[in-house]
Amino acid sequence: MTSPLRLCVRRSSDTREAATLVTLRLPSDVNCIEEAVELVTRHCLAGSQATPSTRFRLRVVLSEALTNAIVQGNREDHSKWVHVRAELGLEAIRVWVTDEGAGFNPEAVPEPTRPEQLDEARGRGLYLIRKLVDTVQFNEQGNSICMTLRRL
Amino acid sequence: MGFSLTKGSGGVTVVQVDGQLIVGNRHELKDLVQAALDRGERRLLIDFSRTGYIDSSGLGALVSISKKVRENNGTLRLAGLNEDLRSLFELTKLDTLFTITETPEQALASF
Repeated sequence: MTSPLRLCVRRSSDTREAATLVTLRLPSDVNCIEEAVELVTRHCLAGSQATPSTRFRLRVVLSEALTNAIVQGNREDHSKWVHVRAELGLEAIRVWVTDEGAGFNPEAVPEPTRPEQLDEARGRGLYLIRKLVDTVQFNEQGNSICMTLRRL
Repeated sequence: MGFSLTKGSGGVTVVQVDGQLIVGNRHELKDLVQAALDRGERRLLIDFSRTGYIDSSGLGALVSISKKVRENNGTLRLAGLNEDLRSLFELTKLDTLFTITETPEQALASF
C-alpha cells in the first residue's frame, strides 16, 4: 500500500536561507502521526549536530501539534489535510503545522498542572508544546502554529 | 513496536512499551491493562525502558489507567524512564500522581 503522506525535502548550501526545508502533507488520520513525525524529524535533522534531547523535543511537539490539527482542527474529517513545514536554519529549527479547520483561541486553554486538573486525561498538549520549545506563535485564525527550537 | 505483557517476579504484571505511546495506540494500552484487571491482576508495572517518546494523549492514557487501577484497589508502578521521558512527567507534574521507579528491577522489588 502506498503511503498517503506527501513529502518534499530541499537542501540549500546558500547560507542566507534555511539549510533544509521539509514540507509534508498528511491526511486527517491519527494513525499517520507516527510516520509523519519520523519523516519530518529524520529529514529535517539529517546531518545536523542536534542533540538526542533536541530530537526528542522535536518529536514530542510535532506529535502534539499534529494531534491538535487532526483532532481539534480538522475534526478527523478525512477530506481535510494537515500541512507541515519545517526549516532547519543556522540557529533554529522552525516548524509550522497548519490545519484546514476554523481555528481556536490558544489563550482559552486551561492550565493543566493545577491539583484539580491532574486527574484529567486531556488538556496537556499545548502546555507541553509551550514547555518544550523556545517560542510558540499562532496565526490570527488560530489554525496554524509555529514552533521554534533554538539549535543546541 | 507495541506493547507486550509478561509476568515478573512475585506475579507482577509487566507491560513493556516498545516504541511510542501516542494518540494512535493509547487505546491498545488501556485495553491491555483493563483485560489484566478483569483477570484479577492487581499489581502492575509499566516498563518504559524501550520507549522512544510519549505525547500528551499517552500521558492521558496513563492517568486513566492509574484511576482504573486505584478503583480496583490495585498498585501501579512506572519504571525505566530515561531523562527526556521523565521530564514530561515533571513538566506536567504527573510525577506527583505516579510512583516512578528508576529500573524495572527496583520496581518489582518494591511491590
